[in-house]
Amino acid sequence: MTTPVVPPPKKDPQKRTRVPTRPSHFRSRAALGLAAAAAEGRFMLQRCSECGTLQYPPRDACASCLSADLPWMDVSPKGKLIAGTVVRTSTNVYFRERTPWRVGTVQLEEGPSIICHVHGDVQTGEDVVLINRLDKSGQAVFLAIPQGRTANMEDDPQMRELTCDPKFRRVLITDARAPNALALAKAFAQAQASIIFIGESESWRSYPAHEELRAVPKVEILPLDVTDTGSVLELCGEIGGKTDILVNNARYVRPGGIMNRGDVIFAKDEMEVNFFGLMRLAQIFGPAMRGRGADGQNSATAWVNVLSVYAWSNMPDYGSFSASNAAALSLSQCLRAELSAGGVRVMNVFSGPTEDEWHQPLPPPKVAPEAIARSVISGLKDGLEEVFVGDVAKDLIERWRAGPKILEREMIENAGQDA
Amino acid sequence: MTGKAGKRRRQGYEGIVAVAPASVPYQRYSIETAHWWIARALRASLQQAGIAPRDVDGFSVASFTLFPDTAVGLTQHLGLTPRWLDHIPMGGASGVAALRRAARAVQAGDADVVACVSGDTNHVDSFRRMLSSFSRFAQDASYPYGSGGPNACFALLTDYYMREFGATREDFGRICVAQRANALRNPHAVMKTPLTMQQYIEARPISDPIHLFDCVMPVAGAEAFLVMREEDARAAGLPAAHILSTIERHNAFPDDPIQIRGGWEMDIDELYAMAGTEVKDIDLLQTYDDYPVIVMMQIEDLGFCGKGEGPAFVRAHDLTIDGDLPHNTSGGQLSAGQAGAAGGFIGLVEAIRQVTGQAGPTQVSKARQALVSGFGMINYDRGVCSSAAIIAGEGPA
Repeated sequence: MTTPVVPPPKKDPQKRTRVPTRPSHFRSRAALGLAAAAAEGRFMLQRCSECGTLQYPPRDACASCLSADLPWMDVSPKGKLIAGTVVRTSTNVYFRERTPWRVGTVQLEEGPSIICHVHGDVQTGEDVVLINRLDKSGQAVFLAIPQGRTANMEDDPQMRELTCDPKFRRVLITDARAPNALALAKAFAQAQASIIFIGESESWRSYPAHEELRAVPKVEILPLDVTDTGSVLELCGEIGGKTDILVNNARYVRPGGIMNRGDVIFAKDEMEVNFFGLMRLAQIFGPAMRGRGADGQNSATAWVNVLSVYAWSNMPDYGSFSASNAAALSLSQCLRAELSAGGVRVMNVFSGPTEDEWHQPLPPPKVAPEAIARSVISGLKDGLEEVFVGDVAKDLIERWRAGPKILEREMIENAGQDA
Repeated sequence: MTGKAGKRRRQGYEGIVAVAPASVPYQRYSIETAHWWIARALRASLQQAGIAPRDVDGFSVASFTLFPDTAVGLTQHLGLTPRWLDHIPMGGASGVAALRRAARAVQAGDADVVACVSGDTNHVDSFRRMLSSFSRFAQDASYPYGSGGPNACFALLTDYYMREFGATREDFGRICVAQRANALRNPHAVMKTPLTMQQYIEARPISDPIHLFDCVMPVAGAEAFLVMREEDARAAGLPAAHILSTIERHNAFPDDPIQIRGGWEMDIDELYAMAGTEVKDIDLLQTYDDYPVIVMMQIEDLGFCGKGEGPAFVRAHDLTIDGDLPHNTSGGQLSAGQAGAAGGFIGLVEAIRQVTGQAGPTQVSKARQALVSGFGMINYDRGVCSSAAIIAGEGPA
């Protein structure tokens, strides 16, 4: 079993905050396929399309038949730890600060041998499962974990470096008025977040979930309006140094595309919240989080954006809202690049139409707030970058990957049928 | 995979010799460059042979720290005008590879004198820099895991070997302790104090089960020798080492889940057959020794005992200069230091000295036939290159 993590002591303000360092992030282009798989928590390897040979390390040509067609496939992550070591001296500062560090060789049931990180509950000679995760450099690495669950296994120090577990971390959920705020607060409380800050705009205006939100343990409601730079600055001054996970769930949504709107007023509001809101938060909270990426058990660890899956391909009935989300998606990639120096992950959670007043005339399936909240928590626990919630979002991204132009055509054909 | 030996009978190396072994004393750190070290070794070798640089018409280089240069840049830098040029990126296998390539060039008349040189510098931060960009597979699939470098890779091989064959740390210790005893007779060895088995066992762990004295010390240094025709060596009055046979193999046994053997196993029969000799007639052995586990694998794969019998072999034999199997007589890399790619030359250059009776304080009394093996390049999880040669000479007078 793993020694459980304990709530970290109060930080000594006179001590220097440890500067984030990173494991080596250099990879070949072929190896980036592992990062793409890890972004969604998948265990994939290249399999030769001609002779079926599984490849590892990632290659540009098959080591059995020289074919250059090596698509990434989901494969069985089961194997056996055949050798192990404990690295006690390292040339890399990140590992040097974290030794002793377990490393091993796993032989997969499917064949290849993989050098990997090793969970503390695994002994050499045992059967293991390999998981593919992103490390603090943002690149993919493998961790060998027990085939079954062990006590507190997510608290293993090497595993916790690869995840963004909310346990004993402090969370800011940006918009108390969003329909998913209550579900998110409850989910973080259940995941043992130590403080759940919730930003509330226009506090004089009532909203349905207010009393229920206040009743969730660990919740602190604070004033925040993401469309007001001064408000964001003020909140960051208060809690910027102790925001470990930021959930940007504020959004402004109205139906309509271009010509069925007479002006750009709604479009401006959508951009003000969905794009500039993200930008303001990132400019103000981002530097503090990036600087605290290695600040002990409750280091800054993740930035979460709750987005529409129509960021990937425009849904004409919500065409302007889709565009604002496409802008936010693009900006999130920039934010990911900028936060990577601190080892802080950017996780985008995409859903299709949600169960709320602005999607009321749309047919099911629609995504419930609880489903989004569950995906946020599980995504953080797995350290993901891309999460697709619900059947509509999963269907859309599959179509997008198969052919974005074909999907665009489908979106045009479907326009006007439901809304 | 292709069969073990080639289809045709290989031509021998009759009439081709290696001469003028030169070692530039190693330094832990150096502010000089690889160019400087290589130049010193080349000069020392040429001076021994009484050959002017302009008369060198073949040049072979092995080095990790020459960047952005290769052997090409060195020709202009050192004022050489060779008609045959080689650059060997095989690390610990490069010495034998240089020898066998140069021998064929001289044999075929493509060159008359090939200078084979290897050297590397060691700046304070150069080891870390080399590790992080050693190979694409290392960069993608081993360095991100703890960045323990070769210590961690060999720790995995050693851990597996110990479990599989019941080897103990004392077994590996025997190799290291014997080499330290040899090094004490080599005035240029970096390690200058005796090593006891107790000190070996009690050393601090580096990457379990690898402890401090299982690891080589990276140093700056250079090694060189010349390959020429026997008649030219005789005319110059140079003691010469004959090349009886050589082998080379890369990426052997790719389906082994982890390395327990090297490419020698594929080619060992040919090595002895071509030399017309047997294991029992080998007077001294120079293995590639960046970690003792790979020494044990070489002892097995070169036919001194069966697979898994290495531990029993080192318990039963004395590996010191005066022992029944003199091994790594200059102290090897473990005690003399690892000068980058020159670590692939140290055993061969020492063996040339031994069989030509020029080894001085480390001279083995009967040194007519020497077996030298090379091993190089942990590309991902195992050493890819292996090589070996049997050379012969008159030995000490």
